Amino acid sequence: MAAASVKPALLLKDELDIVIPTIRNLDFLEMWRPFFEPYHLIIVQDGDPSKTIKVPEGFDYELYNRNDINRILGPKASCISFKDSACRCFGYMVSKKKYIFTIDDDCFVAKDPSGKDINALEQHIKNLLTPSTPFFFNTLYDPYRDGADFVRGYPFSLREGVPTAVSHGLWLNIPDYDAPTQLVKPRERNTRYVDAVLTVPKGTLFPMCGMNLAFNRELIGPAMYFGLMGDGQPIGRYDDMWAGWCMKVICDHLGWGVKTGLPYIWHSKASNPFVNLKKEYSGIYWQEELIPFFQAATLPKECTTVQQCYLELSKQVKAKLEKVDPYFVKLADAMITWIEAWDELNPSAGDSANLTNGSAK
Amino acid sequence: MRTPPSLLSLSIDSALLNLSNFSDLSPLPDHILLDLFLRTLKAGKLTEKILMLFMATGKDEVLALIQSLNIQLITPVLPTSKKMSQTNIGDDEVDIVIGALHADLTSFLNEWRPLFSRFHLIIVKDPDLREELKIPEGFNLHVYTKSDIDRVVGSSYTAINFSGYSCRYFGYLMSRKKYIFSVDDDCIPAKDDKGLSVDAVDQHITNLATPATPFFFNTLYDPFRKGTDFVRGYPFSLRSGVTCALSCGLWLNLADHDAPTQALKPGHRNSRYVDAVLTVPARALMPVSGVNIAFNRELAGPALFPGLRLAAEGKLRWETVEDIWCGLCVKVVCDHLGLGVKTGLPYVWRNDRGNAIESLKKEWEGVKLMEEVVPFFQSVRLSQAAVTTEDCMLEIVALVKERLATLDPVFARAAQAMADWIKLWKAVGSGSGSSRPSNG
Repeated sequence: MAAASVKPALLLKDELDIVIPTIRNLDFLEMWRPFFEPYHLIIVQDGDPSKTIKVPEGFDYELYNRNDINRILGPKASCISFKDSACRCFGYMVSKKKYIFTIDDDCFVAKDPSGKDINALEQHIKNLLTPSTPFFFNTLYDPYRDGADFVRGYPFSLREGVPTAVSHGLWLNIPDYDAPTQLVKPRERNTRYVDAVLTVPKGTLFPMCGMNLAFNRELIGPAMYFGLMGDGQPIGRYDDMWAGWCMKVICDHLGWGVKTGLPYIWHSKASNPFVNLKKEYSGIYWQEELIPFFQAATLPKECTTVQQCYLELSKQVKAKLEKVDPYFVKLADAMITWIEAWDELNPSAGDSANLTNGSAK
Repeated sequence: MRTPPSLLSLSIDSALLNLSNFSDLSPLPDHILLDLFLRTLKAGKLTEKILMLFMATGKDEVLALIQSLNIQLITPVLPTSKKMSQTNIGDDEVDIVIGALHADLTSFLNEWRPLFSRFHLIIVKDPDLREELKIPEGFNLHVYTKSDIDRVVGSSYTAINFSGYSCRYFGYLMSRKKYIFSVDDDCIPAKDDKGLSVDAVDQHITNLATPATPFFFNTLYDPFRKGTDFVRGYPFSLRSGVTCALSCGLWLNLADHDAPTQALKPGHRNSRYVDAVLTVPARALMPVSGVNIAFNRELAGPALFPGLRLAAEGKLRWETVEDIWCGLCVKVVCDHLGLGVKTGLPYVWRNDRGNAIESLKKEWEGVKLMEEVVPFFQSVRLSQAAVTTEDCMLEIVALVKERLATLDPVFARAAQAMADWIKLWKAVGSGSGSSRPSNG
């Protein structure tokens, strides 16, 4: 049977960090103040480190610019992107909390159809704290939501569900389209409020958008590497996609769930489609190869931790995607660097030894 | 000298021109609201949506005027629907098949009349039903009864039992149309979250006539719906989609829960209108509810049949699993053949009926069987040689005999029913066009 509804507000106050990448300013935080103020923020400042990013009064935060990243990671800082919001994953790495919520600085509070402000963070927390159901699709969507349940025919043995690793939220107003679609439909706005949360079934991949995302860092953190993008790289705007594909393969392997749907945020800024096209160009061709790669990827039974799974994936990336572009060899190495850095910053008794050279921290 | 119109009058005229952009008229002072209403009437611009806008203000004078003029909401007999014309599906390509488990279909058909009246209907009477069917005038329909079933099916297909909810499958057999919509006879049209009537037939046809996208999940749901598209990261090679073979609708009020769930929460009703259609991804299985479905007859027909019949199967959905079984067959076949299955809109309103606890006392076998059924279908792999739905079904029959039949006699009977159905479909059901066995 569906679990009782989760009590709202101030949940996980000391167990959740909000990670925000920014290169401009944090003015958008004013609108989020009623919902974010109780939580700790991790600001990852991209671009020129000599610029000062002002954080609105009253927020509890830590801020890292490029100098900090270089100082903390040393040579391993090479795996963190520069001039791309992919740098946000540094925030995941330095966090000490169990859960992460990440949001872009052009995302604001949306209203639901009744006109009420949507507390996106609260909905993400509900999603993460209730189980997922990846093994059999429930036609009434998330059975753990208030007012919903499993339908006739849903096996009882599958009704306990599995832990939810990721909660993927959506966006009203400017939809997350790629550059070609933006060019063809520059005025299309997403106005449809779909009142559903659902589990992405096991074995199914999806394009994960990093604009409005929450996850259980303790479960899946090491898999949330946002890749090499931006300055000096042949590709941009595929950071979250890459993380999403890796993450889903690993979640499917380890038996965890991924939810998508509510909450909505209001996405206000339409980026320049011509700039986007330049960034995405390679990605549009490469994704034709990448999707079949990830769909066919299997992980051996011996991979029982996220780090092991991720390193195994990096091996497969290097072996099978080099023929697509030498960039993927660089990316595979960066994936290894990321895991090394993660383990260094997050040592724990439960971590298994680093597979590549056996020298655990 | 003519007095020029006042500024107020011009404003009201302007409001009239832009009426469709208003979402709330309550801030208007009473006398202006009234004037706007009268001008709306005079201009012939009073639609259902606009009437509701005025009524939502709650202003007494306007409401009194509406009442005194006897203005009522009447759903048009020919619903104006943009979607239908976009998909170019003719009315003559659709059959609406109703399994009659109740003899008196008067109120049911009258509720659906605005949506059904332009289509051909096939009504199949539950062979166990003794009373004569009561059907109101004004429909284009064929009625099949026990004698038709006996005549067509004869004694050669003993494993197939058309009684109860399974009677509708005889209608699928007899139909010669491309698309079929089927709904339980205890459902009526629903209203959406804005209070407007849902044209379930139109939505199902749209679902079937637009591509499905099973190979990669689109986070904005059905990309072929108006106002949405494929998201960033969706491979272009997958954007043309595949044919949708089955469209599974949902239910407001009494949702299709199983008996234990409903028994535990007797007051629980589904009130959430989720404005989405989505493709169920490849290799993801789901429980298909027969309460509100539509399908492409040629592609899905051979996989929709009376197969898994419970020992104490009854006349309430809580006492059946036959539709769940068929749905799993259809999904496995679609995944193998590269076809799609959609779920979500449209909703129908399912009337309260029956008692979950009574059903649970009588029939819990179905709940138990699902524990075997689901893992079985999850493990089914079909061969490359299976290129039609019939081929696929015959391979599934062999697998059922091999893996499930020994677990419970109900599966052995299901396998036999499936084999018989394919033969029957080939003999009687195949083909399209205007010829049809005569109505007995």
